[in-house]
Amino acid sequence: MTLKNSRVALFSLALMAGVAAAPQLQMASHTTGAAQAAEEKMGPEVTSFFLENGLQVVVIPDRRAPVVTHMVWYRAGSADEPPGKSGIAHYLEHLMFKGTKTTANGEFSSRVAAIGGQENAFTSTDYTGYFQRVTPAALEEMMTLEADRMENLVLTDELIIPERDVVQEERNSRTENNPGSLLREAMAATLYQNHPYGIPIIGWQHEVNSLDKDDAIAFYDKFYTPNNAILVVAGDVEVETVRTLAQKTYGKVKRRAEPGKRMRPTEPPPRAARRVVMEDARVRTPSYQRLYLVPSYNTAEPGEAEALEVLGDVLGGGSTSRMYKSLVIEQKIATSAGSWYQGGALDDTSFGIYGAPTDKTSLEQVEAATDKEIAKLLESGVTEDEVEQTKSRLIKQAIFSQDSQSTLARIYGGSLMLGSTIEDVQAWPDRLRAVTPEAVNKVARKYLKLKRSVTGYLSPAKQEG
Amino acid sequence: MKAIASLILPKSAQVALVGLVTVVAVQWTSLAHAVDIKEITSPGGIKALLVEDYTVPLIAVSFSFKGGSTQDMPGKEGTAKLLTNTLDEGAGDIESQQFQTRLQDNGMTYQFNAGYDGFSGGIKTLRSDREDGFELLRLMLNEPRFDVEPVERMKASRLRGLRGQETNPRSLASKAHRELVFAGHPYSRPTDGTIETMQAITPADLRDYIGRVFAKDSLVVGIVGAISEKETLEMLDKVFGALPAKAKLKPVPEIKVETGENRHVEFDTPQTNIRVALPGIKRDDDAFFAGYLANYVLGGGSFSSRLYNEVREKRGLAYGVYSYLATYDHAGFVGAGSATRADRAKQTVDVILGEIERMAKEGPTAEELEKAKKYIKGSYAIANLDTSSKIASVLVAIQDSDLGIDYIDRRAKYIESVTLEDAKRISAKLFGGKPSVITVGRSIK
Repeated sequence: MTLKNSRVALFSLALMAGVAAAPQLQMASHTTGAAQAAEEKMGPEVTSFFLENGLQVVVIPDRRAPVVTHMVWYRAGSADEPPGKSGIAHYLEHLMFKGTKTTANGEFSSRVAAIGGQENAFTSTDYTGYFQRVTPAALEEMMTLEADRMENLVLTDELIIPERDVVQEERNSRTENNPGSLLREAMAATLYQNHPYGIPIIGWQHEVNSLDKDDAIAFYDKFYTPNNAILVVAGDVEVETVRTLAQKTYGKVKRRAEPGKRMRPTEPPPRAARRVVMEDARVRTPSYQRLYLVPSYNTAEPGEAEALEVLGDVLGGGSTSRMYKSLVIEQKIATSAGSWYQGGALDDTSFGIYGAPTDKTSLEQVEAATDKEIAKLLESGVTEDEVEQTKSRLIKQAIFSQDSQSTLARIYGGSLMLGSTIEDVQAWPDRLRAVTPEAVNKVARKYLKLKRSVTGYLSPAKQEG
Repeated sequence: MKAIASLILPKSAQVALVGLVTVVAVQWTSLAHAVDIKEITSPGGIKALLVEDYTVPLIAVSFSFKGGSTQDMPGKEGTAKLLTNTLDEGAGDIESQQFQTRLQDNGMTYQFNAGYDGFSGGIKTLRSDREDGFELLRLMLNEPRFDVEPVERMKASRLRGLRGQETNPRSLASKAHRELVFAGHPYSRPTDGTIETMQAITPADLRDYIGRVFAKDSLVVGIVGAISEKETLEMLDKVFGALPAKAKLKPVPEIKVETGENRHVEFDTPQTNIRVALPGIKRDDDAFFAGYLANYVLGGGSFSSRLYNEVREKRGLAYGVYSYLATYDHAGFVGAGSATRADRAKQTVDVILGEIERMAKEGPTAEELEKAKKYIKGSYAIANLDTSSKIASVLVAIQDSDLGIDYIDRRAKYIESVTLEDAKRISAKLFGGKPSVITVGRSIK
């Protein structure tokens, strides 16, 4: 679905990426429109329990349609890869469809298709997930197959070498064919001076070329174990049914490894403002971006991440934001301008701003105007009205997530992967409501510093080719 | 936005082309407890389908007008698309910024879309904010202001997008595809417009378009969520009741798609975009379901089609490979496509054409057809009925394609009744022609 309102689209993507956002609203002591709505109808009752082998199970009821979403999440993403093996987390995700000791290559997928189910898998910096959406009657079969590939994956060169080419073509589609993606890759690599978030999820092309079976199995054996995973079942199903089926299927999977706490290389204090300039003959319309190193929901001091969420919206979240109003409407020096906060990450993450010049203006003008808006915000601060309006909108958006069991499953799964608890997710609206203008000003002044940032310019190549 | 999207890499990009294929229907019987459709008509004569559901405190309203980009005036291509960005830029007495603030304070999500044959849209609002949400929708559809400043601003944004399309391999392939398949027909015109036509569009053109297209006789509406029948009837008259009774649509001729011509667009980028086209059938063709099933076997299934197996699984040639039946009001075609690095483009084209030819000659096997039937029957509810917006869109599609409220019960039977002979016959017809092949990328010397 293409949403007209880019602020909304951005927010729902943030939800999908597992940013702590709460579908289940708590009653609030003060009454806003959203709180009234929440009182009309509460979100679903979420249940969680552990199996003996350490697998956490989360059940989210949604009985509106006879559909169930079955997801398994592993605490293993691209930032957990060994040095020199970039892309192995994502490559393994593809290889998980290649069969086990007892199921043939592609058999899981054809069994999903045979019942009209949907499936896919995804890899991020911090986790990897697999899901199917099926009728409730097929839940046990899905659990059996997913539990099987948690410990019984079998790989052969014959199957996995063509898949490596598939991954390279995926990289071509997403990145090599798109100068904007190439710039983002270069900017991330510059922002993170030591942390593996600087390495693309899909991997560097030259390293992906040499990934092999042993690399994939080593990653699998290290991270794919029930005590490092979460099972999320959302939909038309009883908690007790899930418990019984989970014990019968996943309960038989052995603890295969003890991955322990994830300790990645950490960032030194940022000291130098950095600039990345990319020129490419394919660029027709120049653009400007900046990333600041900021804490995530997991690494922030209490309240900071929520304040950054509000800051991202007030400064540049959509057509009534400060940046859009000033650069696009009033000064007419940009065709687009905005900002966002990507709070869903295990380690320190980024706050981004962007803008695109008009036919008559330059990247330098857009950057200067943006800097001026930021300076104004740092000096005078945000207003009470701005903060209240933003909070109310963000909380309403969280209620909308109740309309999709897949979204709910992704919010809970993603948040649990990133160090949050179910209670954290459910208390998000309350934590957001507590954000004050002072808190927003404080994070803005603390983190929107040039030395914490990388600025990127994307321009047409000066000469053809 | 992109920065966030890129943080998640799915195993397969479920090609957005699904949107091109007419939504078929709901597998009804299994949903008896979940979906209860009411056919309603407001005092003002607006017909709609309603599903009441109070599980979440939300209301989704979807609607569609016949028309779409075919109703753009010559030289003003892109008008319907620009409308999707300008309806919300001020209405009634409320100017752009204040209107945007009202929309954001309401918290509703909303969208407008323009295709070849229709202009559609939808909102999703909290029940507690519904009155304000309906009023905002009424204003956008009935009293948009089209002030010069926001219209020029939205044009600038669209012009930027149009410039970007000049070096986007997918856009270049779509353009060549459209011009080849629909040569001489309104469908060959760019729905997004060109830099020249976008620059030429004025607020008066937007007003003129609305005057011709937004009318009661070309409207269908679907509503899902926490709203009673009585409240819905009031909403229908309030939001849509003041529209003119009859649309003034330009007739669009039928076009018989002809293929057999290849085109290469030279473009210096690492990955070549490949498109294949063949003449197809329309949604109202008796053989539609047979064709739909046959296409599923060829390239419609996500991880299990023949194209997926031959192009991706066995040879590692591409990340995405697909085929689809495109059904428009006045034309139908079969499309297929993929993307691979330049030096493997010819091999990839050959494999795709080989599978198309094999499907034309042999059709699906009995086993493949059986699997396709199971998938097509089973997937509908799972794919389309899990959120209120999706159900509302289905309600619109059912009316838009004139399928009838009882159609849903018949759908499974239609699928069941397709025989292997039917599937082979339609395969020979759909896949037996001479295809057009479009490639965008580097030539290999």
